Amino acid sequence: MSENINRRNVLKNLAGIVGGILAVAAGRTCKAAVQNVFANAAAPKGYDPTKHKWLMALDVDRCIGCGLCVEACKAENSVPQNNFRTWIERYVVTRPKADSGESRGETFVDSPNGGMGGFKPSLIPKEDILKSFFVPKLCNQCENSPCSQVCPVGATFESPDGVVLVDKNYCIGCGFCIQACPYGCRFLNPETHTADKCTMCYHRITRGLRPACVEICPSQARIFGDLKNPIPDDPIQQFIENKKSQGLKPHLGTKPRVRYAGLDEEVR
Amino acid sequence: MISMNADTLTNAAEILPQIQGYVYPNERTLHPLWSVLIVVYPYVTGLVAGAFIMASLVRVLNVKALEPIYRLALLTALAFMLCATLPLLFHLGHPERCFEIMMTPHFSSPMAMFGFVYAWYLMAVLLLELWFDYRRDFVEWSKTESGLRGMIYRAFTLGVTDLSEPALRLDARMGRIISVVGIPSAFLLHGYVGFIFGSIKANPWWGNVLMPIIFILSAVVSGMALCVFTYMFLCWARRVTTDMRCLDLMASFLFYALIIDATVEGLDWLHRLYSAEEGIDVLRSLASGKLFYTLLIGQAMIGTLVPLLALGSLQLARKWVSEVNRRRMYFCASALILLGVLAMRWNVVIGGQLFSKSLRGFMSYKMEFAGHEGWWLSLALLILPFIILTVLIKYFLALDLPTIENVVPGAMPHPHPMETHSQAG
Repeated sequence: MSENINRRNVLKNLAGIVGGILAVAAGRTCKAAVQNVFANAAAPKGYDPTKHKWLMALDVDRCIGCGLCVEACKAENSVPQNNFRTWIERYVVTRPKADSGESRGETFVDSPNGGMGGFKPSLIPKEDILKSFFVPKLCNQCENSPCSQVCPVGATFESPDGVVLVDKNYCIGCGFCIQACPYGCRFLNPETHTADKCTMCYHRITRGLRPACVEICPSQARIFGDLKNPIPDDPIQQFIENKKSQGLKPHLGTKPRVRYAGLDEEVR
Repeated sequence: MISMNADTLTNAAEILPQIQGYVYPNERTLHPLWSVLIVVYPYVTGLVAGAFIMASLVRVLNVKALEPIYRLALLTALAFMLCATLPLLFHLGHPERCFEIMMTPHFSSPMAMFGFVYAWYLMAVLLLELWFDYRRDFVEWSKTESGLRGMIYRAFTLGVTDLSEPALRLDARMGRIISVVGIPSAFLLHGYVGFIFGSIKANPWWGNVLMPIIFILSAVVSGMALCVFTYMFLCWARRVTTDMRCLDLMASFLFYALIIDATVEGLDWLHRLYSAEEGIDVLRSLASGKLFYTLLIGQAMIGTLVPLLALGSLQLARKWVSEVNRRRMYFCASALILLGVLAMRWNVVIGGQLFSKSLRGFMSYKMEFAGHEGWWLSLALLILPFIILTVLIKYFLALDLPTIENVVPGAMPHPHPMETHSQAG
């Protein structure tokens, strides 16, 4: 064996190879970071995400459970048949048994086909029902979003305008974000094999339009606005001023950017 | 309050038969998102970490009696390590993009960091340790062996054929240093796997600070059991006598590791029951319902209690039990532990996906037989490491290879496991 092939040189070469691989990795990380700043998913040219802060609010007392929002969302975003970017839950709380000393009976929840096409009358007899209400659900666009925290490649990220987005050309389809979402808002798109979720109709809001679900809601249960660019009689400002609101599952510290007014403790 | 009869609200036909109660619409899938392949993944990774720790006992703690299994344990770790990421890869929606995990990692993601921990462990720890340990043998064997074998050994020397005393001393020292670095690395490797689940606060079954620790401990237990299992199997296959001193000691280590593991897992349950947080009703019904057989019977009884009793009684009454019976008990205990840890992985991975995050309903999992996430593939992925191990043993632990006569002072003596025992036996 020649003199210059010794352990020191072999180790040196191995270290060189490892260093090279790491350098490539670092280079590509930088490239991806730069791309993240400049690429704006479905936004038009000239849209600056740092100049907006979107907020969605839901007034539970106003929702009539018609399911038009689910339908509009499906049509607008080509959502696969068995998946939902938004859906409506019906809560039925029964009366407590006589002399039980309880304030309420059992709570039943359902969302047949995500509430699309509305709800059939409940099979629980009317006289047994204490109260019933509808709760629209969608991605909570969390400020501390667990989904983007766990994405191994950074394909899902928090845009500066407050929307959590997924780059479907980059997602590896591991499903980690779907597991990490506490609200069941994400799904693996069976066509693209990547994670999918509500984008607040990013292609619309970045062009000055409202999300499809907000646009179609007949009872104004869904309210949407830009906190950085308030308009006269801004519905979102009025909601913030007049309603007491909260996010879902506040104990998880996800800080949702979707606010609910009139929420019952049974809603999770 | 969990309502289990949402079908009283709507037509039962609208709800899939495998769903009870209310689950979020996106959770109404035929199979859980992470299927049996993701059960195999932490299992295999755990076996790697555990087998390596077993080998490290020889190097770091200088447990001389375990020398016969040193190389076997390292080769076992390597064989399983090579297969550890396969289940993940098969599971990805876009496997062709898998290298993005390494190329553009997202540093806050446990899964991204696992890629690096895996690479570090395979390249910097396992392969280097094996190389330093085997280098002298590679040089010797490349002189005596011809044909494919000779070529393999020659290639693996990486051109470093220096067999002088300082060189061998350096080999031994490097091996020891790598072992010392390797133990925390092995903990890191499997701790990270545990963290992948433990970091999910959305899931009350997973999000738990003890999860990485439980994963590490069960990994150590399963890896040790695997070493006992493969060592006994190899001795049986080669018709050589097992080294009872080595086996007894391995069983002791296994027993104590199992005690610690069972204690921490028990503590986990105790804490969950006592603090009785939001999801406890769901977890309770899971343990007594869908996971009854795998959790209480498989994991707790067959996988933990029975081996604990068997190994524990042998700790106390080893003198009065014949070698044959001891061997039988060790073999059965290690096989049961291996099954129990597999059940544990199942309970964690599948159990965490059997209930809705609305905490109002349950899903089911009926495993596919074929298909890319079915029985067949997961079984194949569990058997593949054993096939690789057989090849590794054939090339690097063969009986007909010459053994080292003169041991360099300070270097690790490696009496050939099987041969020494056959002489001893």
